[in-house]
Amino acid sequence: MAYSEKVLDHYNHPRNVGSLDKADPTVGTGMVGAPECGDVMKLQVKVNPTTGIIEEAKFKTFGCGSAIASSSLATEWLRGKTVDEALAIKNTDIVNELSLPPVKIHCSVLAEDAIKAAIDDYKKKSAHV
Amino acid sequence: MKFPIYMDYHATTPVDPRVFEAMRPYFTEVFGNPASRNHSFGWQAEDAVEKARKQIASLIGATAKEIVFTSGATESNNLAIKGIAEMYAEKGNHIITAATEHKATLDTCKRLEKEGCRVTYLQVQTNGLVDLQQLRDAITDKTILISIMYANNEIGVVQPVAEIGKIAKERGVLFHTDAVQAAGKIPVNVIADNIDLLSISGHKIYGPKGVGALYVRRKGPRVQLSAQIDGGGHERGMRSGTLNVTGIVGLGEACAIAQAEMPAESKRMAYMRDKLKDKLMGALDEVYINGTMESRLPNNLNISFAFVEGESLLMGINDIAVSSGSACTSATLEPSYVLKALGAGDDIAHSSIRFGLGRFNTEEEVDYVAGKVIEVVEKLRELSPLYEMHKEGIDLTKVQWTAH
Repeated sequence: MAYSEKVLDHYNHPRNVGSLDKADPTVGTGMVGAPECGDVMKLQVKVNPTTGIIEEAKFKTFGCGSAIASSSLATEWLRGKTVDEALAIKNTDIVNELSLPPVKIHCSVLAEDAIKAAIDDYKKKSAHV
Repeated sequence: MKFPIYMDYHATTPVDPRVFEAMRPYFTEVFGNPASRNHSFGWQAEDAVEKARKQIASLIGATAKEIVFTSGATESNNLAIKGIAEMYAEKGNHIITAATEHKATLDTCKRLEKEGCRVTYLQVQTNGLVDLQQLRDAITDKTILISIMYANNEIGVVQPVAEIGKIAKERGVLFHTDAVQAAGKIPVNVIADNIDLLSISGHKIYGPKGVGALYVRRKGPRVQLSAQIDGGGHERGMRSGTLNVTGIVGLGEACAIAQAEMPAESKRMAYMRDKLKDKLMGALDEVYINGTMESRLPNNLNISFAFVEGESLLMGINDIAVSSGSACTSATLEPSYVLKALGAGDDIAHSSIRFGLGRFNTEEEVDYVAGKVIEVVEKLRELSPLYEMHKEGIDLTKVQWTAH
């Protein structure tokens, strides 16, 4: 299968790889997928509690090149967005940006799920503060 | 070094230049039909075919008359299994095979099940080998055929064929083996191993694609089978169709070369394979070999790099041609059924790479491949949340995953 140039670029130069402190109340962590299915994404956001803006986003992904590219792209898009804007990111936006073929659409779905899971986690944590 | 490096010799092999030269005259000069019995064109072609028949027979310890030419091993397996099921239908309808067989065997058996046969698919042990006691227990008075491959195309494990042949003979059951990966790579002898039917393919042993053979035993017992292709009654009535003379000449020459060079070549393969294995396992932690090393083709290494997904690894080593058992690389989007059959879990299949070394690989290539794989695995592990969790001491089997 041929990969799009954007997928290759994200695979070769993944953006925002890393981990944030899970215990930090301003950090939301989303972990989706399963090793048996062949992909697991961990996506984290650090939100400025006063402005509600995502200041940092990090990812780590076990999965194919398209899964890596989808999560790498997601972290790029998340930075600078408000929490609500982040929730508006759709998997189809990722599909279009990366020109993912039909068999790789599940990678974009997983990335959308990871964003939602990370924001959910942040909201739950900030509600307790 | 020439790039890309080919290290996928279980999938196919290039035609050896010596084989190509042997084939050359049979395209345009010696073009006769071996079935033409009344002129020299036919006689010359027949001589070439009979020479090839002897070369093939010699490689597996058979006699020339026991070789039936086919279009490849898929046809050989179909002919052997369907042909026996049909011919011996009055004796019984039970076939025993294994879960890790090639699809050419498994799908043939599945079709026969629809037509009223009963098939036992033996599970393999974690080392990839069939359990001989399970095999003995599976035989009934209705069993007509055992079909177990000689060496596996994914994990390279070599089944205890001599023992299987002995059991089959004792119980009066015919034994077919798909020897596509074994013949020409390791010693195969149909007499010593009590094999009644054996499939081989040209393009796995540096011969051309589109040609194969089926060995059908003629003595002790005389094996009969029902033809699956009707026509002019070629190949003693077992496989009609004008013989693929060029292909057959190529297959014969490929067998002769393999037989002559096997001792040196298998030693060289094992040396390079072991070097690759040692380099990878020396540099990386959490690396697992799939299938036993004790009974294995000298040119196979199937290895899983835990916490790294196979397709992403292939993407990183795109100047090396290998294959993966990962679902993402398969047409069905299912991880390798062979690796699943070992019971190691789907994650091991998703992380697997199959290296198949061959005649034209060099030690320099092995060194390059090892270095490149190590570099990319390390990079992908930096990206892997699973590797991070593993390093934190988290037991990944205890995590509640959100399966999707």
